[in-house]
Amino acid sequence: MTLPNLDLPPLLPEIILIGMALLLLVVDMAARFRDARAEGSLMAGLTFASVLIAAGATAAGIGGGDASVAGVVLVDDLSRYLNLVVLLAAGLSVLLAWAYVPQFSRESSSFYALVLLATAGMMFMGKSVELITLFVSLEILSVSLYILTGFNRHQLASAEGALKYFLLGAFSSGFFLYGLALFYVQTGSTQLAEIAAQDSGGVLLLIGLGLLLVGFFFKLAGVPFHMWAPDAYQGAPTPVTGFMSVATKAAAFIALFRVLAAVPGVPVEVWGWAVAIVAVLTMTWGNFAALRQKSLKRMLAYSSIAHAGYMMTGLVAGTDALNAILYYLFAYAFMNIGAFAVAAMLERPTPNAPQDATIDAARGLFDRRPALATAMAIFMLSLTGIPPLVGFFGKLYVFGAAVSAGWAWLAVVGMLNSVVSAYYYLRVVVVMFMAPEDETSYVRSRIPAGAGTAIAVAVTGVLLMGLLATPVFVELGRAVIALR
Amino acid sequence: MAIDYLPILILIIVAFLFAAFILGLTWVLGPKRPNKAKDEPIESGMIPFTSPRQRFSVQYYMVAMMFILFDVEVIFLYPWAVKMGQLKWFGIAEMAVFLLILVIGFFFVWKKGAFEWD
Repeated sequence: MTLPNLDLPPLLPEIILIGMALLLLVVDMAARFRDARAEGSLMAGLTFASVLIAAGATAAGIGGGDASVAGVVLVDDLSRYLNLVVLLAAGLSVLLAWAYVPQFSRESSSFYALVLLATAGMMFMGKSVELITLFVSLEILSVSLYILTGFNRHQLASAEGALKYFLLGAFSSGFFLYGLALFYVQTGSTQLAEIAAQDSGGVLLLIGLGLLLVGFFFKLAGVPFHMWAPDAYQGAPTPVTGFMSVATKAAAFIALFRVLAAVPGVPVEVWGWAVAIVAVLTMTWGNFAALRQKSLKRMLAYSSIAHAGYMMTGLVAGTDALNAILYYLFAYAFMNIGAFAVAAMLERPTPNAPQDATIDAARGLFDRRPALATAMAIFMLSLTGIPPLVGFFGKLYVFGAAVSAGWAWLAVVGMLNSVVSAYYYLRVVVVMFMAPEDETSYVRSRIPAGAGTAIAVAVTGVLLMGLLATPVFVELGRAVIALR
Repeated sequence: MAIDYLPILILIIVAFLFAAFILGLTWVLGPKRPNKAKDEPIESGMIPFTSPRQRFSVQYYMVAMMFILFDVEVIFLYPWAVKMGQLKWFGIAEMAVFLLILVIGFFFVWKKGAFEWD
């Protein structure tokens, strides 16, 4: 019997996060806290520190070559960049949650422990090169997110969203697992490398890939597997919504790339069409449904569905579009979590929980808080895709990759959809800058330091990554060059 | 060869057909004289006095969930114990990490009062 080669140092970032998740529980058991705020601040601080350290450990490893651990995970530059996307989303969300979670919960330790476990699950998902590991990491992130979605126990919408997410998510996990089983039946292996080596097509592999795609599209909230997303995104505490709308997509996209690259027997002409059709449906449905939303959070939820559609456009271009998708994911992390952070500032507090903000809550925001309104305007314009903001370059690279791979019509559909999306993004800007303030408008009188920092970082990211688009894109391209 | 198992397939089919035939026969031939007492769900002959669709205390689920969690943990210990001779220190270290995570979780739910009934 040979023991697996456990070379742990490449997994240091994940070990730090999981260790901190356990430490949070121990601290909660050992310490007595004056009130929910004191507990929340300590837990958020510890979590943020561990996220920073993990990001530092990841960044230090970039360019350091590939390392395989026990044959089930592969630490390469692609997965390191995915780590950074996920940690960026986690870090910004923790800053936003800092003052947010104590408003309705005394269970900060569980909240942040679950955030850390979900983050670690996503990071593992992006480096899985073995199907069982892929499934386990998917479940770690899913189960953590189910609980986080329903974390606000005083709010029915939170419980409703969590229940829908959980039931449909469990169902989609079944599809996913069935797909993995068919892969194993056809090739006799769960290692992606061995599957790629033995793959001679075959109908079971085709069906298996179809089932896997259902599971992935569910996590990406692709139409028609998106039913859970608006309710879960609207019901979840706002920092959780921002986190899961960005980080889950990032992990699922990278994992999907690895799986699609491992089935050369199923050509891109076959799965490309499945992805293209879902991409068109996702963009169109997301954008048109967002047009008629009154709740700011629900509008951003549909917008998040639409953005998943844009990113799928890059998927059909295969490995050549990986750096475009990575760039888009970074861009999306900044602008989307930034937008959710501003939305959280517009939520009217009630005794139990902050109330869901309507778009009208932003009426006259520019007069009351010019900086906040400007930040929100930058996020909205970036989400629309207006140059020189980061959202424009994200779309440019993704659609460009689709065009050069011969899917020009798909890029055209994407651009037309961007035009539609301009209506509802710009409506927020119009309401903020032009509409007079009235009794529906609300903004917190004091912006908490954490949320303020998150918004400032997000604005900086949106501007800087837009200005430095080409160097960043080239750098990301080097990370994926080895995969070609 | 698959053909060698044909008699078993025939036996299965015959068994199903026979069972269906007997059940159908009793349904056709048997006398049906329902009354109120017969139609009640039988609970050890007691007269039911509430609807069976009651709401359970959420505590049942907590206890059941904890039970499953730590029961599954014990299942993992068996194959580990059997293979201990070959796993040696590697196995001990792995199991220590596994148990440490679960034990921290156990103390956490204990401290949070998951095992208290009221």
